[in-house]
Amino acid sequence: MRILTCVKRVPSPGARIVVTADGQAVDTNMLGFAVSPHEECAAEEAIQQIEQHGGSSTVMTLGPAAAEEQLRTIMSVGVDGAVLLATDGSDWDPMATARALATAIGELEAAGGEFDLIFFGNESADSGGYQVGVRVARALGRPIVSGIKGVDVGDGEVTARRDTASGAEVYQLPLPAVLAIKEGINLPRYPTLKGRLGAKKKEVTVIEAAREPGGQSMVTLVTPPSHETPTEVLGSGAAAAPALVDVLERIGVL
Amino acid sequence: MSTLYVVDHDRGEIADPVLEGLTAARALDAGVAAVTVGAAADGLAGALAEYGAAAVHQIHHDELRDYAPAAWGDAIAQLVESTGATAVLSVGSERGNEVMAHLGAALDLPVVANCIEIDPGDIWEMTRVRWGGSLHERARLDAPIKLATFAPHTTEAAPAETPAAGTAVEFVPDLGPEAAITRIVDRVITEEGVTLATAPVVIAGGRGVGSEEGFAPLDELAALLGGAVGCSRVVTNNGWRNHKFQVGQTGTVIAPEVYIGCGISGAIQHWVGMMASKNVIAVNTDPDAPMVTKADYAVIGDLHEVVPAVIEEIKRRRG
Ligand SMILES: Cc1cc2nc3c(=O)[nH]c(=O)nc-3n(C[C@H](O)[C@H](O)[C@H](O)COP(=O)(O)OP(=O)(O)OC[C@H]3O[C@@H](n4cnc5c(N)ncnc54)[C@H](O)[C@@H]3O)c2cc1C
Ligand SMILES: Nc1ncnc2c1ncn2[C@@H]1O[C@H](COP(=O)(O)O)[C@@H](O)[C@H]1O
Repeated sequence: MRILTCVKRVPSPGARIVVTADGQAVDTNMLGFAVSPHEECAAEEAIQQIEQHGGSSTVMTLGPAAAEEQLRTIMSVGVDGAVLLATDGSDWDPMATARALATAIGELEAAGGEFDLIFFGNESADSGGYQVGVRVARALGRPIVSGIKGVDVGDGEVTARRDTASGAEVYQLPLPAVLAIKEGINLPRYPTLKGRLGAKKKEVTVIEAAREPGGQSMVTLVTPPSHETPTEVLGSGAAAAPALVDVLERIGVL
Repeated sequence: MSTLYVVDHDRGEIADPVLEGLTAARALDAGVAAVTVGAAADGLAGALAEYGAAAVHQIHHDELRDYAPAAWGDAIAQLVESTGATAVLSVGSERGNEVMAHLGAALDLPVVANCIEIDPGDIWEMTRVRWGGSLHERARLDAPIKLATFAPHTTEAAPAETPAAGTAVEFVPDLGPEAAITRIVDRVITEEGVTLATAPVVIAGGRGVGSEEGFAPLDELAALLGGAVGCSRVVTNNGWRNHKFQVGQTGTVIAPEVYIGCGISGAIQHWVGMMASKNVIAVNTDPDAPMVTKADYAVIGDLHEVVPAVIEEIKRRRG
């Protein structure tokens, strides 16, 4: 089986997210980089499926050359190969991103054979457009379901589970298929020293990505109005319990 | 402007954010028409009229018996063509965003997800959610048909001053059997009663709870108040609770009457998941934790002492 996982390099924010003076990006002076928790789980799921069914998995990103760091991290936990669609690092809208990814997937498949499964994160951590996976799947003419928290590969088909408020919905898709994965499907493993060393030797294929202009563009990033309200401290420790229950009574939930 | 509003429903049941979105859509276009997919949703026409839908396009087809994201997108794309709509809006729920992504892909047009504010015109200027709400983005949308979703919990749902006509109009799309290839084939019911997403009271535990067993008093307090238990990402990563209880950017977004955060620092990615709560109460040993400084009420102390004392006090008052 062949599985591809698509991930996006994003700043790894601290307690607050600070915007640069020109309003065009998150100030990353003091920050590291990561991929969305959903995408970490997607890569972990790819590794587990390959462990179970055999084959190989690949990770792909569209982003600046520095995104090689995220590709190596993901290879260090067991993904076999990586593809970097190199950009100048500017903000690409979902349509442009999806077109470039779909074109690259077409080229990879022409050279190395079809991917039985392509995994996306449910949404990217930074821009959260909830759509790149759907656009890529439709461009490739493959079925896709989002919000997936359970994957079971059978003979020529995959059963995928999505949580609802009261339980789960079950979908069945013929292979090849695409799934947008949600955090919680698994607990991603941590890289070992051996894994890190091994990842350094693995190959990263670099392809120049060409951007087609789309109709959605970012003007500026803004920090939302803060929710700072004065806090009424009700007291310390167990002695504050009656005051807290008074508050619950006043709100009307007692 | 001729606007369609796509209704997210599950076999005819709608969730709260759907009417919030319709309220926001009505503010943009007083003549907004709603769209329901599948005959199971026909009964919603009355409620949609009450919230301002001038017409309700009811899409009927054998392949649309149950939710099927690609087929819903295809069917709505055909309706857009047949009505000449210039804008299609929906709610930024799981299904809302999913169906709109399919619609955008089918029409090869951009979709701006999770808007808070839309300034319509030839080119739309909008404010949308980034980083799950930690940041906002001002965006421009330049497209012949504008597609967008409204972020949940940003507009209060309010009925129209005078109910709209809500005239039902049937639409039968042309779909082959392959259209609904991603239809739901089964449902599993695991949860009964109060769920995290809709509970009026949420007792949330974080790293400070310390273990899986440490959640027992939180469960008891939630049960006493008819609420649900939530948690932070540290808790799910440690395996103390299932991810379905996680509140935040990559978990569930909640808006209860009361949220009590116990041993949770209030990191921005958690905060964006509960900031719509009407009342926030923090229980934390650290008086400088963001959860404490941003809360409406706080108790400084060890949650393992405070929570049991609160339970005792409630029981005492109830006799
Ligand atoms: C892209 C992205 C998405 C994310 N999504 C989410 C998400 O959906 N939900 C989420 O929660 N997080 C999310 N996170 C993680 C988030 O950044 C924080 O790491 C996490 O919320 C911290 O959890 P915590 O508050 O339980 O732990 P900590 O930050 O370690 O805080 C523990 C708190 O407990 C207090 N405490 C300790 N012991 C006690 C005690 N005995 N009694 C009372 N108080 C005590 C401490 O003072 C401290 O304030 C995300 C991160 C990223 C990068
Ligand atoms: N630049 C990118 N490179 C690779 N994959 C991406 C990129 N942007 C988005 N994706 C994938 O598409 C998913 C959905 O992204 P979005 O539509 O932005 O919410 C993400 O979780 C990733 O899996």
